[in-house]
Amino acid sequence: MTTSSSTISEKSERFQNSYLLQAWLVIGLALFFGIALTGIQIALSSRIETNKKKETMEKVPEIILGANHAQNQAATDKSLKIEQRSITVDKNNRKKVYTVFETRYPDGKPAGWVAKASGQGYADKIELLFGVDPGATKLTGLFILEQKETPGLGNKITDQHWRDQFILKPTGRMLKVVKGGAKGPYEIDAITGATISSKSVTTIINKTLADIQKQLASLAANPKEDNQ
Amino acid sequence: MADQPTAYERFIQGILPENPVYRQVLGLCPTLAVTNSMNAALTMAGAVAFVLLCANIVTSLIRNLLRPHLRIVIFTLTIATFVTIADRFLAAYMYQMSKTLGPYIPLIIVNCLIICRCEVCASKQSVWTAASDAAGQSIGYALALSSIAGIREILGTGMLFGFRLLPEIWPDWVIMVLPPGAFITLGLLLGAANWIQIVQSKKTDNN
Repeated sequence: MTTSSSTISEKSERFQNSYLLQAWLVIGLALFFGIALTGIQIALSSRIETNKKKETMEKVPEIILGANHAQNQAATDKSLKIEQRSITVDKNNRKKVYTVFETRYPDGKPAGWVAKASGQGYADKIELLFGVDPGATKLTGLFILEQKETPGLGNKITDQHWRDQFILKPTGRMLKVVKGGAKGPYEIDAITGATISSKSVTTIINKTLADIQKQLASLAANPKEDNQ
Repeated sequence: MADQPTAYERFIQGILPENPVYRQVLGLCPTLAVTNSMNAALTMAGAVAFVLLCANIVTSLIRNLLRPHLRIVIFTLTIATFVTIADRFLAAYMYQMSKTLGPYIPLIIVNCLIICRCEVCASKQSVWTAASDAAGQSIGYALALSSIAGIREILGTGMLFGFRLLPEIWPDWVIMVLPPGAFITLGLLLGAANWIQIVQSKKTDNN
């Protein structure tokens, strides 16, 4: 009798000590919270996307014309016409689609292109917009849409002062990040303590430009051929 | 449980006697980082209040089911859920503010203030007490953040909420809205809080 009861209590003790049983509350809560968060994400994601899109549309003229000029133009109701396009590039047999915005002055003259690009930063994905002139020969501006770089160091890539050095950089060669003061026309000054973040941004621009520069230039030269 | 403070005591203690920033010196990362403007500080205080209230209520509801060695996991899980909700809501309805605050909203997850309240109060006391505790601590945190943000914004820009408070000839102390300003302001205010504490305790000793 005593032996059988002891095995039963041993069994129940082992059952009590099983990890899964101990953690039932953690597992249950995780499932419940997961479902709740899915609901929130579904309910709010469209609104968040609209916010992002609106910001992109607001920033496109600033990237092409510069912030002050864009505000003046918006005030005089002569704002740029913006048209969204996608450019497909074959790269090592893999298709890559870029979103670009074609901008025109109110009289129909092309003002330039703004391309959306993203890539790996130091901490997480960096998403940015950069502008080029109609012939895609020089940069007109840069804006960081999304980044999660280290606060105080890497997140300085969003500083206007740092972004402004990209303005009027020629697109003929790859831009290069240097430390301690950029001198040449293809050089970008690194942020102190955030060389990787600076390089990430520059690499994203270099790669994207290498992919789409020719297409942009030919689109600008023959605007009729772009309907395919 | 007779020695535990009542709901009213919890509420009052959170505001000044056990102020999260000035007395407990908790949650300093957002205190230093987002107090360069009043708007950002109040949004941060609101987000923390929401997370603290929800986390305290949920923890208090399940307090009898908690296992000692699994409680921190559950606190973190609960806090992370509500922080994500707050983050998504800010991105949907206050997009510019959510970009200004950036990573500091997700970083509420590791704000010691909240996990401390779950541990000290919510995992031991009733829902009503936990909720009053959260309310008191949130008010205390909002007071602390806005006192620092107010000083920094006024001295740094001469304005508060976009209204000019100091005369135009005020030379804006830009350093106050930069990171060093946060340390200077917090240090001086903490010192003042400690000094008041010492003076008060001396008075009671003399009586």
